[in-house]
Amino acid sequence: MMWAIVLFPLLGAVIAWLVPDNRRRSFVLPVFAVAHLAMTAALLTKTPAASPAGWILLDPLGKLTLIGNSILFTVCAFYAVGYLNYRRRRQNRVLCAALLVCLSAMTLVSISQHLGLLWIALEATTLTMAPLIYFNHNARSIEATWKYLLICSVGIAIALLGLFFLAYSTIVAKQDVTLLLPTLISNAAHLHPGWRHAAFIFLLVGFGSKMGLAPLHTWKPDAYGEAPGLVGALLAGGLVNCALLALLRVYQIAVASSEGALFQQVLLVMGLISMAFAAVFMARQSDFKRMLAYSSVEHIGIITVALGLGKGALFAGLLHMINNSLTKGVLFLACGNIHRAYNSKSTQHVRGALRRTPWSGALFLAAFLAITGSPPFAPFVSEFLIVSSAFVQQNYWTGGLFLTFLALIFIGMASTVLPVVLGEIPADIDRSPYRDTIHTVLPPLVLMGLVLMLGLWIPAPLQEILHQAAGMLGGDA
Amino acid sequence: MNSLADQLLVLCLLLNFAVLGTSRLAFSVRAVALQGVILGVLPAIVHPFSWHLALIVVSIILAKGAVIPLLIIRAIKKAEIEREFEPFIGYIPSLVLGALFTSLAFIFAAKLPLSPEHEGLLVVPASIATLMCGFLVLMGRRKAISQVIGYLLMENGIFIFGLLLADAMPVMVEAGALLDLLVGVFVMGIVINHISREFSSIDTSRLSALREE
Repeated sequence: MMWAIVLFPLLGAVIAWLVPDNRRRSFVLPVFAVAHLAMTAALLTKTPAASPAGWILLDPLGKLTLIGNSILFTVCAFYAVGYLNYRRRRQNRVLCAALLVCLSAMTLVSISQHLGLLWIALEATTLTMAPLIYFNHNARSIEATWKYLLICSVGIAIALLGLFFLAYSTIVAKQDVTLLLPTLISNAAHLHPGWRHAAFIFLLVGFGSKMGLAPLHTWKPDAYGEAPGLVGALLAGGLVNCALLALLRVYQIAVASSEGALFQQVLLVMGLISMAFAAVFMARQSDFKRMLAYSSVEHIGIITVALGLGKGALFAGLLHMINNSLTKGVLFLACGNIHRAYNSKSTQHVRGALRRTPWSGALFLAAFLAITGSPPFAPFVSEFLIVSSAFVQQNYWTGGLFLTFLALIFIGMASTVLPVVLGEIPADIDRSPYRDTIHTVLPPLVLMGLVLMLGLWIPAPLQEILHQAAGMLGGDA
Repeated sequence: MNSLADQLLVLCLLLNFAVLGTSRLAFSVRAVALQGVILGVLPAIVHPFSWHLALIVVSIILAKGAVIPLLIIRAIKKAEIEREFEPFIGYIPSLVLGALFTSLAFIFAAKLPLSPEHEGLLVVPASIATLMCGFLVLMGRRKAISQVIGYLLMENGIFIFGLLLADAMPVMVEAGALLDLLVGVFVMGIVINHISREFSSIDTSRLSALREE
């Protein structure tokens, strides 16, 4: 079953590649996405034991990532059918196949317990995303693809060196060399401190650049701005969580060793820096898709702050991981619709989206309110828990800065989003064939419903997984 | 045996400077390829023979010494670029910075102990220095192909370190890492191809647009 869920999307990729008809090919996506979602549900209800060598196991942290990615991918797959219908002339063979390969790699990331295997899967997600960002085949998108490919490849290469350091620290400590997570965690305190320390730094820089922690986020605005909406949603909601999971694995080892406190301190500072960067660059952003990239930097920062705070904040941080990925899905899909309806993503031309595309405009507005932490949506709950946990720990500086940045970001984002959604439609803009249809509106609407639901009520099984996962990170289980 | 390995590692370090100091892309690619071959040979010198090791040696030499350089040479030919022009960091400053990074790498490595069986090997400083030189090429050059060469240099640096783990790592991980690298360079080659096509096709598309009016 564990292998099936990884291999099955690959089968889908092969089928998508073989389907000759450009219009029918996109239907492969929802079929395999729904099957993947069903397999995820089956794995959650009856989780199999670890594979014989211990490389494959679905633990609570992996479950969280898997749930988020599977839901997000299914929604994006349904959306893709509607989206590709508007882009019939563009060849979509590579897009469909790469999406499914990426799903397979993301699944492998969430179930691998061997850091080497995890690294390979993570690198595979990076590579499969490159043709997706380049979907529009123009000069701007190629620049974005190049930047993304280079920075992420370098980042992930540095992470590999970090893993090598970690493996070598076991040799120096006269243990059997291994990159198996459970063994590393149980031996964490006995690893050679110098090598372990160097490993943590390299891993943080490596996975941090893939996550887009400031100041390693420079590829994000370009890639998110130029990629189609559904690819942006998967980048900001799916890939980010995969890289985050890799960082959480390192966090597990750090907490089990004597260096936990130092590691948390570093994460706290990096998280706050990311939020600060986002607050500065969010203001007066003239491209609303690029703005979303800074929002992604912000939320990665928020999650990192929660990891840095530790204890009670861990539960909230993990909850925010899910909330962020679902809300980012709505934002990018709605943005993609608006972009299509205006053939522009500059705030100069795009105004009054609520009239031209009422549903997408409303969804964009609602998701904006949600992502900036307005009640009753889910991100409010997790952000509130993080702040309150900062104050409970009497970490007033962190709590204060956190709230200040949130306020600044709200203002900055509102100054871009509100004119786009509410303003007057400019008289001189081109007509475009796009109008909201059920195919492109229903998927983000379903996601928005989930975001609202999680804000009001977290299902008991999810709550249990969150508590277990927080316990794995050394929080209050 | 270890002294031979050290000499090869010093050769790796010298090749870094060869890449840093030249503007000719084909020469850089050959230097990186030669470094790759040395990387493939090194595990065979340091570790006792095993089939696992033989597999690694062959696959590294094939990938780093043959397939990847061929991919890049092809990209160079297609893009019709022979030299790096006006790099952000000039060749002489690059060499000076490279020397600085190499000495820093030796200081850094002195702080980290090696396990007894690797005592006296220059692996750690060579690895970090190659990584840093690769980074320098990546940051300092303008052409996409030069940046790929920088990336490869970084990867070589990481593989030098992998030497210490050659008989300890599972084959699957090594193979996977190598495969990812191969695919990565392949994708980069395609993107470079598109870049050169995009920027020459801009002119032709403009011409046809004028004709329509």
